[in-house]
Amino acid sequence: MDIVNEQRKKIHPHKFTLWVGLGSIIMMFAGLTSAYVVKRDQPGWTSFFIPRAFWYSTAVILTSSLTIQMALKAFKDREMLRYRNLMSTTAVLGIVFVLLQWVGFRSIWDSGITFHGSGGGQFLYIIAGLHAAHVMGGIIPLVVMVGKAYGSRVRSYNSTPVEIMSTYWHFVDLLWLYLFVFFMMIK
Amino acid sequence: MSNEATLHGHPEVQTVHEVHHDEHGVHHHKETFITKYVFSQDHKMISKQFLITGMIWAIIGGLMSVLFRLQLGYPDAHFQFLEDILGSKWAKGGQIQPEFYYALVTMHGTILVFFVLTGGLSGTFANFLIPLQIGARDMASPFLNMLSYWFFLGASVVMLSSLFIATGPASGGWTSYPPLSALGDASEGSKTGMDLWIISMAMFVISSLLGGLNYISTVLNMRTKGMSMTRMPLTIWALLFTAVLGVLSFPVLLSGFILLLFDRHAGTSFYLSDIFLTETNKALPNEGGSAILYQHLFWFLGHPEVYIIILPAMGLVSEVMSVNARKPIFGYMAMVGSLFAIAILAFLVWAHHMFVTGLNPFLGSIFVLLTLLIAVPSAIKVFNWLTTLWRGNIRFTPAMLFAIGFVSTFISGGLTGIFLGNSTLDIQLHDTMFVIAHFHIVMGVSGILGMFAGIYHWFPKMYGRYMNNTLSYIHFWVTLVGAYLIFWPMHYEGLAGMPRRYFDYSQWLSFNQFGGLNRFISTVAMITFAVQLLFVFNFFYSIFKGRRVMTRNPWGATTLEWTAPIRPGHGNWPGDIPEVHRWPYDYAKDGRDFIPQTEPLGPNESAH
Repeated sequence: MDIVNEQRKKIHPHKFTLWVGLGSIIMMFAGLTSAYVVKRDQPGWTSFFIPRAFWYSTAVILTSSLTIQMALKAFKDREMLRYRNLMSTTAVLGIVFVLLQWVGFRSIWDSGITFHGSGGGQFLYIIAGLHAAHVMGGIIPLVVMVGKAYGSRVRSYNSTPVEIMSTYWHFVDLLWLYLFVFFMMIK
Repeated sequence: MSNEATLHGHPEVQTVHEVHHDEHGVHHHKETFITKYVFSQDHKMISKQFLITGMIWAIIGGLMSVLFRLQLGYPDAHFQFLEDILGSKWAKGGQIQPEFYYALVTMHGTILVFFVLTGGLSGTFANFLIPLQIGARDMASPFLNMLSYWFFLGASVVMLSSLFIATGPASGGWTSYPPLSALGDASEGSKTGMDLWIISMAMFVISSLLGGLNYISTVLNMRTKGMSMTRMPLTIWALLFTAVLGVLSFPVLLSGFILLLFDRHAGTSFYLSDIFLTETNKALPNEGGSAILYQHLFWFLGHPEVYIIILPAMGLVSEVMSVNARKPIFGYMAMVGSLFAIAILAFLVWAHHMFVTGLNPFLGSIFVLLTLLIAVPSAIKVFNWLTTLWRGNIRFTPAMLFAIGFVSTFISGGLTGIFLGNSTLDIQLHDTMFVIAHFHIVMGVSGILGMFAGIYHWFPKMYGRYMNNTLSYIHFWVTLVGAYLIFWPMHYEGLAGMPRRYFDYSQWLSFNQFGGLNRFISTVAMITFAVQLLFVFNFFYSIFKGRRVMTRNPWGATTLEWTAPIRPGHGNWPGDIPEVHRWPYDYAKDGRDFIPQTEPLGPNESAH
């Protein structure tokens, strides 16, 4: 048995750990976007365009936020079938998001903005790429949870892991919205 | 307990189980050698893993300083044994080669700052003290905690392996400024060594983040009943602020490294612009980059990093000092407040490392003001330590001596910080030996003295045995005197304009006069290093052969870790976790030597 669970506590420590972790991810992107803003004011800045795929991917990740929220509710209502389907949908939408980002990168790349240089395009590859890496980092546990929902004989009704998953997922969603608006406003 | 019981199974059964087994001195769950000593999730074992890994690094990093001091003290001498050991590439004819010299100073800085005084110091004491002093069975996530150590070890292995590759380890300084660090053609050390350096540091950042997340959520969520925030020992406060600093600043360093990696391998020019390389006789195509951008990203971590080093030492010293002065710490809330102030200011002063980079002088003056403001909380802490000592019933244990030594070096090193915080004085002093003297005394020596205080004080709790006192006293006096003799003269060299990082000063007429002084410094450095080996011997000898601890509370301390069994199992306390009724500094109160935190308030006492 888990020693941690014996403790007297207010908020579940794993949830709290996640929140602090989100703070640290925010700092990383704050560092990068600040670098972007500073760099933009210097000579030799080159701009880029927002590819259409990014609009689609934004719609996809917004939808996935909705589906994971519904999945959480289904889990709490113990509608396991519904939970399973919604979680699977979320995972698929997550993968579609990453693919759409890739398509977006390709279309910017094909327009002649490669890694050579130090303008907005290069920053975009790195910042949005890192964001996509964080989405992929979320897809892995999501897939594991879907697998568990299908495979496991033992029913667990502890909603903490699902809550942690959905919090993280909403976070990467909001982070992308911020980055998307950021790239549109400050080019 | 009843709510948790329904949520998490059957803790009552568990508790009974534990108590039963404790009578036989056996842990309540089965442990193999692998789960106990290698892939341990017990915070106490992880702490020891951090400590011993950190000690190995300290020996390696210290040995490097002996090697480059050999060069600085005796630039013309030929030491044949160096060539025998290091080979003819690094020490041709028994003389350290310039490339190797730069690799040595770079690695010395990286190792001591990150692997010893961050990983070794925070990793050891946050892991060991947080659960024991706040009354928790373990960290919020023992698994992440274990990962934190393994990332640290992974980072260590990668960094260590970079010492053995053909082109040598990174050699562009511990700050790894581009363009030097971004261009493999620019120097030997900027080739594979630099890549390994970045990979290792990225793993180190992950290790720090995993650890820091755990420390914060453990302190904020898992305190035992009655342990309000203002009843926490100052060690815990210090470790909490340290973790917050790390969690907020390390990710920014990682961003800087990511951009650096792309500049190195993908052809981007975030940091590169208008460069002509004499090594290859080529003009590089990179345009529009800014090397200063890296410095901003680096120092946004780099400055908090020095507080990540010193805050845990401050916490350890406060606790050790109060216990051994048999007095409450003077100004508990002021101590917490000043830790908080330092943690905030840590994020607002990074540009004082960049005064001479062409920074806007107006901006510089703001950073001067913010930098000098740090003197206020620092002075509050120093006065509180001195007033804690004042009229104390001082027991000069080895730990106490190191704590007092810490205060001494923190004052003398801190004062030169006021010089360096001025952007005008910095025009003369930047990149000189004065800077070396300043940060070594205030951060390096103070940090390591605080760490020694912690090791000597909590060794009985860690291993159930005492360290040898005679060896400890020799260790202390030689270390303190040695540290001053090494770094004090460097102030004079720095004021005379002697730059840091130079390979051989004898070429300059103006620095020739310091030849004798450099030999002196080098000799003392060797003696001081040798005495550290005495400590290492004492440490390992005492783990196995030291005098056994026979009482639970050998120092007569009030805090919770001394209520646990002499050799606590995983879970720390058999039976229930003790409840806390008072603050941790009830020494010399109401005619009693000390009152443990677990003792309920008497009829004539008011709550603290």
